[in-house]
Amino acid sequence: MSHPVSQSADKVIDHFTLFRQPEYKELFERKKAEFEYGHSDEEVARVSAWTKTEEYKEKNFAREAVVINPTKACQPIGAMFAAQGFEGTLPFVHGSQGCVAYYRTHLTRHFKEPNSAVSSSMTEDAAVFGGLNNMIDGLANAYALYKPKMIAVMTTCMAEVIGDDLSGFISNAKNKESVPADFPVPFAHTPAFVGSHIVGYDNMIKGVLTHFWGTSENFDTPKNETINLIPGFDGFAVGNNRELKRIAGLFGIQLTILSDVSDNFDTPADGEYRMYDGGTPLEATKEAVHAKATISMQEYCTPQSLQFIKEKGQQVAKYNYPMGVTGTDELLLKLAELSGKPVPAELKLERGRLVDAIADSHTHLHGKRFAVYGDPDFCLGMSKFLMELGAEPVHILSTSGSKKWEKQVQKVLDGSPFGKSGKAYGGKDLWHLRSLLFTDKVDYIIGNSYGKYLERDTKIPLIRLTYPIFDRHHHHRYPTWGYQGALNVLVRILDRIFEDMDANTNIVGETDYSFDLVR
Amino acid sequence: MSLSVNEGVDVKGLVDKVLEAYPEKSRKRRAKHLNVLEAEAKDCGVKSNIKSIPGVMTIRGCAYAGSKGVVWGPIKDMIHISHGPVGCGYYSWSGRRNYYVGDTGVDSWGTMHFTSDFQEKDIVFGGDKKLHKVIEEINELFPLVNGISIQSECPIGLIGDDIEAVARAKSEELGKPVVPVRCEGFRGVSQSLGHHIANDVIRDWIFEKTEPKEGFVSTPYDVTIIGDYNIGGDAWASRILLEEIGLRVIAQWSGDGTLAELENTPKAKVNLIHCYRSMNYIARHMEEKFGIPWMEYNFFGPSQIAESLRKIAALFDDTIKENAEKVIAKYQPMVDAVIAKFKPRLEGKKVMIYVGGLRPRHVVDAYHDLGMEIVGTGYEFAHNDDYQRTQHYVKEGTLIYDDVTAFELEKFVEVMRPDLVASGIKEKYVFQKMGLPFRQMHSWDYSGPYHGYDGFAIFARDMDLAINNPVWGIMKAPF
Repeated sequence: MSHPVSQSADKVIDHFTLFRQPEYKELFERKKAEFEYGHSDEEVARVSAWTKTEEYKEKNFAREAVVINPTKACQPIGAMFAAQGFEGTLPFVHGSQGCVAYYRTHLTRHFKEPNSAVSSSMTEDAAVFGGLNNMIDGLANAYALYKPKMIAVMTTCMAEVIGDDLSGFISNAKNKESVPADFPVPFAHTPAFVGSHIVGYDNMIKGVLTHFWGTSENFDTPKNETINLIPGFDGFAVGNNRELKRIAGLFGIQLTILSDVSDNFDTPADGEYRMYDGGTPLEATKEAVHAKATISMQEYCTPQSLQFIKEKGQQVAKYNYPMGVTGTDELLLKLAELSGKPVPAELKLERGRLVDAIADSHTHLHGKRFAVYGDPDFCLGMSKFLMELGAEPVHILSTSGSKKWEKQVQKVLDGSPFGKSGKAYGGKDLWHLRSLLFTDKVDYIIGNSYGKYLERDTKIPLIRLTYPIFDRHHHHRYPTWGYQGALNVLVRILDRIFEDMDANTNIVGETDYSFDLVR
Repeated sequence: MSLSVNEGVDVKGLVDKVLEAYPEKSRKRRAKHLNVLEAEAKDCGVKSNIKSIPGVMTIRGCAYAGSKGVVWGPIKDMIHISHGPVGCGYYSWSGRRNYYVGDTGVDSWGTMHFTSDFQEKDIVFGGDKKLHKVIEEINELFPLVNGISIQSECPIGLIGDDIEAVARAKSEELGKPVVPVRCEGFRGVSQSLGHHIANDVIRDWIFEKTEPKEGFVSTPYDVTIIGDYNIGGDAWASRILLEEIGLRVIAQWSGDGTLAELENTPKAKVNLIHCYRSMNYIARHMEEKFGIPWMEYNFFGPSQIAESLRKIAALFDDTIKENAEKVIAKYQPMVDAVIAKFKPRLEGKKVMIYVGGLRPRHVVDAYHDLGMEIVGTGYEFAHNDDYQRTQHYVKEGTLIYDDVTAFELEKFVEVMRPDLVASGIKEKYVFQKMGLPFRQMHSWDYSGPYHGYDGFAIFARDMDLAINNPVWGIMKAPF
């Protein structure tokens, strides 16, 4: 089995090229033929073809138990994300420690940033006796080592199954002087077997507000001119929150973003590691009870929080990841209404420029069919924007989507002629979407990095516009909200369309008459 | 032992200073995990495989990660159910780069995420019925699946489900192995117990219940690769060398592995172990039960590769021994060229390592081959036997840290200022922001393979590109 050495110091080849060399191709063949005892190529081809059929789709949609490639994570990661948007806040996840390693990894892979959170590292003995001692020691250690301004506690499913009581445990730990009595330790129970990361986000926002605002209803809380805004779980939070602050600045509105991760998840490289950076000041969080209104950018990330805020006498308004021209219009009009200030001329100009860009490019978008998946609010906002561009959202899918959400999507689709081929799939997963893509084809998929497997299987180009994006860098630093954000999204979609066009017209002498220089 | 590394640095003083930040109880506990290697020491002088302290930001994971993520997950022709709530499988979905060849979704499932997605009612009423249904649906939608594993998440062991009964019933019904793994995340102190549990399940539910394939013809040259997860193709870059010296690799555990390879393993003449920590259990079992000897080897860097090839060849006849010499000689010019190119750029650079259960020692000589120095190393989930093995690789004065906390590692690095930190994704950006070159040594930072001669060239290139990138020179603003 001697072969020449393909590797070389001059031009080092790694996995991309190395394994395509003849010696490795032969190695794969030998391994397969002699040792793997797999199925015949014919059988694999037959089953592969079958998975693309209408018959398979029916079986696939008849599934009642197994979930395959879902578009949802579990509550604590959402709670952790929410907590990390507050000034100097260290998330403390009560339960098994592996969970925290997973959340930190997941968020780090998307934002390309450090992500700090601690665990109470409960093991078998804690499963039997409860995790009180882990809470007492854990809070003391976390406070001493990492000097946070606030520790936000949430739970893993282990702690939930054994029924640990956070409120009691935290009081107990304070009695034992783990942290000073007046040190803020908001908490939220975040069972992984209820809802998903978006519910965890809601629970933690409510937990933090409850800590600072008190539990009882108080519709008569005095109000000032500030406006609160809750962004929701958003992979583009770095760009988006900054854009919202810019917009508020142009209006002259005092805006408090409740959970602003934009600085914490985008710290500079200048020789100093900042474990905490930016975030909603704790003082502002406390004061936010006096705001005249709270806007939620993502309805499904905030139902309980908004209810709680309402009970403090605030007006509330909710959106579904508003994107595009009319999505932004609605948000700006609401800001104008709440603040009593007109929409700034500069934003009107930005709107005009966005519409100009859409007009310039509409020919490439009109009638294009899209599959959209992700969190419930993202799917709604994205679908609306697509229809505004003359594109057609066809399959709209969210594993976190409910029946109510399906109806809401349907209503949005019914509002435009471009929505007539669209259908919402709540509670379904990306293996369902695979069947849909084979049986009812679309031109493009909008989703996250996990969609690359769908792109590989179906050859339908993927546009990454929602969390998590692991295999493309830095897009989260650019907004998707506001007119500027809409322009970014438009360009991302157009780029993919043009790249796809070029890729489909580049065979010399065969298809390259359409390989146009000007498009 | 040669000259002490970290000369001129008061490493002991640094350790004491870092420990000062802890509350007393935790300080005492953490002190046992930190040490500076002394000359003529018998081992690294640290306690290991002990519970992490709450609230300190351990870098460790859990038993589920050790079983599903490490041992079982890469077996490509089986479907591994993340049994319980949705998160564990979601976070561990496709992140580890265990390369494989196969038609994903048809005859292989390595980059997919299957879960029983527990809801509150499953917790209250138990999930066994649902598990039955999950397995039935999998078998119907993926008829070419050769076996199914049930990877337990935390709630399973707490609510008293009988996944073994489900597994037995389903194995019978489907005529395929269905194996229950009790790798709930709260078991043990780290990933390590998950490896052990996963090994035991292979023993009890594969070896005990299946047979080597009919028609499998043994040869005197049959070996296995145990404990190579084929990160970025590592196992392939190792296999090619073993094949070249005339051996037949009848099984890969578990990177790019199949159920049949597990089943045929008892036919091996010798089990070759790369990751000792995660798979020594099954090797010891096979030695006891089937009389198969096992041997550890190290395919990182040319010094260790040559030594390992010779050690492996020594177990066989003269032809194999001659082949080993031929193979070493054949790759030598390429290795020399790699060292000639990269060593001048890397010589004398100091490295701090913090990884899992094997690499904190196994990669040391690969760095030495490039003229680099290891000034600190430690493991997430090693046991005492790992630290004993480490002592041979590292030099006097090396800082040893077991289950290091984010706080400690940051402080150590801040003061010791190595030229490279070699650790994981959770650590990467912390140190890059501090202006330090970094390589992920779990995932090879999306590069690889690093095993074998082919991999060494990539390793050398990657260390060079990390250390000698101009970005580290523009961190400080000129104003």
